[in-house]
Amino acid sequence: MIDAVGNPQSLLLLGGTSEIGLAIVDRFADQRPLRVVLAARPSERLDEAAERLRAKGCTVSTLAFDARKPETHEEVVDKAFSDGDIDVTVVAFGVLGDAERAWQDVEHAREMAEVNFVAPVTVGVALANRLRQQGHGAVVALSSVAGERVRRSNFVYGSTKAGVDGFYLGLGEALKPHGVQVTVVRPGFVHTKMTKGMKAAPLAAQPEQVAEIAVTAVRRRQDLVWAPGAWRFVMSVLRHIPRAIFRKLPI
Amino acid sequence: MPEKLGRLTGWGRTAPTIARVLEHPDRAELATAVRAADARGVIPRGLGRSYGDAAQNAGGLVVDMTAFNQIHSVDTETGIVTVDAGVSLDKLMREMLPHGLWIPVLPGTRQVTVGGAIAADIHGKNHHVEGSFCNHVLAIELLTADGEIRTVTPDGPGADLFWATAGGMGLTGVVLRATVQLKSVESAYFLVDTERTKDLDDLMSRLMDNDDQYTYSVAWFDSASTGAKMGRAVLTRGWSAKLDDLPAKLRSAPLKFNAPQLATVPPVFPSGLLNKLTVSAFNEVWYRKAPKERRGEVQNITQFFHPLDIVGDWNRVYGPRGFLQYQYVVPYGAEDTVRKSMEMISASGAVSFLNVLKRFGAGNAAPLSFPSPGWTLAVDIPITDRLAPLLDKLDQLVLEAGGRLYLAKDSRLTPDAFRSMYPRLAEWQKVRDAVDPRGVFNSDLSRRLML
Repeated sequence: MIDAVGNPQSLLLLGGTSEIGLAIVDRFADQRPLRVVLAARPSERLDEAAERLRAKGCTVSTLAFDARKPETHEEVVDKAFSDGDIDVTVVAFGVLGDAERAWQDVEHAREMAEVNFVAPVTVGVALANRLRQQGHGAVVALSSVAGERVRRSNFVYGSTKAGVDGFYLGLGEALKPHGVQVTVVRPGFVHTKMTKGMKAAPLAAQPEQVAEIAVTAVRRRQDLVWAPGAWRFVMSVLRHIPRAIFRKLPI
Repeated sequence: MPEKLGRLTGWGRTAPTIARVLEHPDRAELATAVRAADARGVIPRGLGRSYGDAAQNAGGLVVDMTAFNQIHSVDTETGIVTVDAGVSLDKLMREMLPHGLWIPVLPGTRQVTVGGAIAADIHGKNHHVEGSFCNHVLAIELLTADGEIRTVTPDGPGADLFWATAGGMGLTGVVLRATVQLKSVESAYFLVDTERTKDLDDLMSRLMDNDDQYTYSVAWFDSASTGAKMGRAVLTRGWSAKLDDLPAKLRSAPLKFNAPQLATVPPVFPSGLLNKLTVSAFNEVWYRKAPKERRGEVQNITQFFHPLDIVGDWNRVYGPRGFLQYQYVVPYGAEDTVRKSMEMISASGAVSFLNVLKRFGAGNAAPLSFPSPGWTLAVDIPITDRLAPLLDKLDQLVLEAGGRLYLAKDSRLTPDAFRSMYPRLAEWQKVRDAVDPRGVFNSDLSRRLML
C-alpha cells in the first residue's frame, strides 16, 4: 500500500535499466527500502541494478520483458503482480533513435513506434486491468516535452511521445474512479546513456532531478508534471507559436 | 444486496482507495457476503473515525455497519447494556444518561461505533484509573470467517478470541453485538481543576504527583514553543460531578445531555489558512485563555470531553492532502524520549494544534491493545512533503524507548517497526489464523502491515 505520506511498499519498473527509472526507485528506497520488480531484457546491467538495490535493503526480483513483443506484455504484467499488489509502476522504457534515419528508414521508424508507443499502450492496458482489481496504485509514465509540440528535428520520436502522453493522460482519467493515480512526467533533455554524446539542450537535467520531481508528484497525487518545472512555461509559449515562425526557430 | 464502488479514506483523508461497499445488510446477507469473500477479503466499517487505513479495503468488500444501530437491552440496576456494533457512543450516551448511566471509556469524539471502540480498544482521559474500552466489555457476538456467529467473553471459553478481537482492528471477524458494563453517574457534568504549567518538567511532575486522585486527566501542550517554554501546557483534570456539586440552575436537570455543536466546517476550506504563523498564534491563545489555576469548575460534556466536537467535520481544515495523528506510548522512565520527540516536532516546523500528553495506567490482556503504563503523546499534523522523514525518525525514537504507536491513528508504520512495537503479535496471529484460516478479513492496514 502507498501510505499516508506517500511511501510505497512495492514498485514495478518497466524498463528495468532506465537511468531515470532507477533514479526514481533510488529516491523511494532512500526514504524506505521496498519490494522492487525490475522488468527488462536480461543483461549484466539489469543484474547490477538489482544488486545495487539489494544493497540498499530492497527486495528485488527481475522479470524478462521485451518491449518489442507486445503479445507477451499481458503475461509479463501478470507475473509482476504474482507476489502481491504493486503500489507504483514506472513506465520508463524508450528509444531516442537517429532522428534523420528514423523518418527515412522503415525498420528504424517501426522500432521506435513499437518501443515508444505500441509497448506503453499494451503494458498500459494490461496494467490498468490489474490495478482496477486491486483498487489502488500509482503509475508514472515518462513522456517528453518533445511530444508536447513535435518539431522537425526529431519528429518521429516526438510523435511517439505525443501518443504516449495522450494515452497516459487519458488512462489517468479512466482509472481515477478506480482509485489509481496516473502521473505523466515530461522531462526535457536529460543527461543519460540515451543522450550521451549529444549537445545538451537548455534546461538540461540529471536523472536524479527528474526522479525527485516524479516522486514528489506521486506523493502529491499529481496528474502531470514537467522536469524541470520551468519547461511548463517554456512549452506553453512554444505550443502557441504560429507554424511559420515555429519552423524558423533553431530548435 | 446493494453494493457500490466507494472511495474510502480514514478521518485523516489520506491514501484513498476503492472498495465495494455493502450498505446496510442484515445478518443473513452479511454472513453470505463473508462466506463468498474473494481473495481481497472483507472489513467492517463504522463511522470512519480511525485516522488511517483501518476501515478501507482496496479492491475488496467494506461492510457499512452503521445500520446495525439498536440498543437491545438495558438493565438500569446493574448498568449492563447490550447493543448493536453500529450504535455510536453519541447515541448510547444520549439514551443512557436519563438512566444515570455513563459510558465507561470515551475517546476524543463521541462519533465512533461500539464495534470500532472494541476493534481499536479505545482509551480516554480516565485510562490511568479505569483502563480501556474492552476492560468494560462483558461479551462480544462475533461473525467469523466461516459465516457462523459466536459469543465470546473475557474469561470464558473463547477468551483468546475475545482478547484478539479487542484491539484486533476488525481482523478476527465482524462484531455484531456487545454487552457493556456502564458506570452510574449523578450528573452529566464534571468538576474540573485547570492548571497552567510553565514547561514540560512542571507538567510531568504535576502529573506524577497526584494524577491518580482524578478520574479524568489530560494535558494539552503548546507544540509551537521551543526552548524554555517547550512543553508548557494546560492541564485539565476532574471527576464526574455529584448532584451536590452542581449550581442550583443545573440541579433541576442534572442528567440533561448538554453537548453543543456550534458550526460545521464547509467542504471547501481554504487550506492556506493553516500555516506556521496561524498555528503558533492558536497555540499561544489556547495557552493564554486558560486560567493559571482554577479549582472545582463545573463543565459540560463538550467543554470537558470533546472540545473539538464543537466544530463538526473539523478534519476538513487540513486541506486536500489530509493529515495524520501521531500517537505513541513510551514506558515510565522514558521521559527523555517525550522531551526529545517534542523538541523534534516543534523544531521541524510541523504545524499541530491538537497536542495531548497523558499518563496511561495498566494495560489489559489483548495482545494488540495499545495502552500500556507510561506516557502517551498525540499530535495532529497536516501532510507535507517533509513529513515522512521526521516521522520515521520519531518511530525510531519510540522503538528505542520500548514504546509503540496506536493502530487506530497509524497510517504509515512499516511491518518491521510494527512487529517490534507489538511483541505479542505472534499470540494474536495464532488466534486469528485459527479463526480465519483463509484470511477473509483484510484491510488496507492489514495489507500495509502484512498482518
